[in-house]
Amino acid sequence: MTTMFTADHEWINIEDHEAAVVGITLHAQDALGDVVFVDLPQVGKTYKKGDVVGVIESVKAAADMYMPVEGEVVEVNEALRSDPSLANSDPMGNGWVFKVHVTHMQQFDQLLDPPGYDALLKSL
Amino acid sequence: MSADTLQRTPLHDLHLELGAKMVAFAGYAMPVNYPGGIIAEHRQCRESAALFDVSHMGQLRLVGDDAGAALETLVPVDVVDLAVGKQRYALFTNSAGGILDDLMIARRPKDLWVVVNAACKVADTQHLMTHIGHRCQVVPMPERALLALQGQKAVRALARLADGVSRLTFMTGASFELAGAECFVTRSGYTGEDGFEISVPAEAAVALAKLLLAQPEVKPAGLGARDTLRLEAGLCLYGHDIDVNTTPIEAGLSWAIQKVRRPGGARAGHYPGADPIAAQFATGVAVKRVGLQGLERIPVREGSVLVDAHGHKLGRVTSGTLAPTVNQPIAMAYLAVNHAIANHEVYAEVRGKRQPMRVTALPFVPPGYVR
Repeated sequence: MTTMFTADHEWINIEDHEAAVVGITLHAQDALGDVVFVDLPQVGKTYKKGDVVGVIESVKAAADMYMPVEGEVVEVNEALRSDPSLANSDPMGNGWVFKVHVTHMQQFDQLLDPPGYDALLKSL
Repeated sequence: MSADTLQRTPLHDLHLELGAKMVAFAGYAMPVNYPGGIIAEHRQCRESAALFDVSHMGQLRLVGDDAGAALETLVPVDVVDLAVGKQRYALFTNSAGGILDDLMIARRPKDLWVVVNAACKVADTQHLMTHIGHRCQVVPMPERALLALQGQKAVRALARLADGVSRLTFMTGASFELAGAECFVTRSGYTGEDGFEISVPAEAAVALAKLLLAQPEVKPAGLGARDTLRLEAGLCLYGHDIDVNTTPIEAGLSWAIQKVRRPGGARAGHYPGADPIAAQFATGVAVKRVGLQGLERIPVREGSVLVDAHGHKLGRVTSGTLAPTVNQPIAMAYLAVNHAIANHEVYAEVRGKRQPMRVTALPFVPPGYVR
């Protein structure tokens, strides 16, 4: 199990080759504040790396979610519809946003590894 | 603007101690929320009491026998008849009838005490000095902090420090000694709740804030909760819901223009924009500020375009969020008058999709004012 990160403060975790799980980082949920609505991506749709796939909305602001790698969205976290605050209370776990079938594993390997993301956070 | 060029209120270090997330607002470093978050702070205010630092706002004194009559030349509001100890909402207007700022005026025994928005305070002070500086003294009060203690239990907490405050009613004020300092306290605020605004000498502000936070009813709240609270209360945020391009009549603020200053009144007109505003009193307006409630969960924010079922543009959202107490998306907007009818359905364009919203009477939550 490997977790990688993006400069847009998302994480992606390859559990198996069928589906990687994507969510927002602890830093992202802290910066956004209380999440009140998550606009989830469309299941079955293939997005390119960098496409806007969803929107996380807090009381104060709306933040786009970007596709960390190219792939087909195979599942979304339905629990976020009834309880968007899961993105605050457990962003790396039960607050996951969607699962994606990764098209090119090289794109995954090019993301930030945990020390790389830590370095990014320290530079902010 | 970088963090070190921002101005700081006297409570700056206390905000940091309390773990506040600080943001730039109107040239000041201000707490947007504390570790509990905006929704918890919002509920704290609705259910108990919350303490806000609003020291960034401008406080001024207008001194002299002619101050009230002089101020009436800049606002469409009855200041002359305002009794000692009473407070009133007012608007600075320009020659087109647009709103330069909204403000509070209280008559004290020896002066008029005026509170203006932080982002406008430099311009407002200049405006006052230029136009009425020859008729009264215009005295900025940077030596004062301003605290807002808001919520149904605010009176219980503040009365423990000075029991006389419970005799104040909504929009009245008087001097009290709090934390050993002479403070001017009004029973007013901008949350829709009962509560108080406290003008305190800057050097006593931290001690007073700590004393208030030590009361069991009180927790700190930041600008984020202040914004959701005032929006639920249907109160305008200057620069968003009202500005130089909106008139008091379009904004639904004609209640702030007392009869005596309206066409036909004993002191009608004689303020900037009196003619266009009189014309709007006579013939009505084309657009009007309204409340909107979302029928879906998607927040509709400032700038969203409002359309009818055919996609024709009807107006624009000026403030909006998912309201913590209402627990639905709410917004304020300017809408063509023929659509500004309660329960009328319109659509807000959000990311290319149309979200249904219903025109709703303001405020969204019943006010808790003690009259």
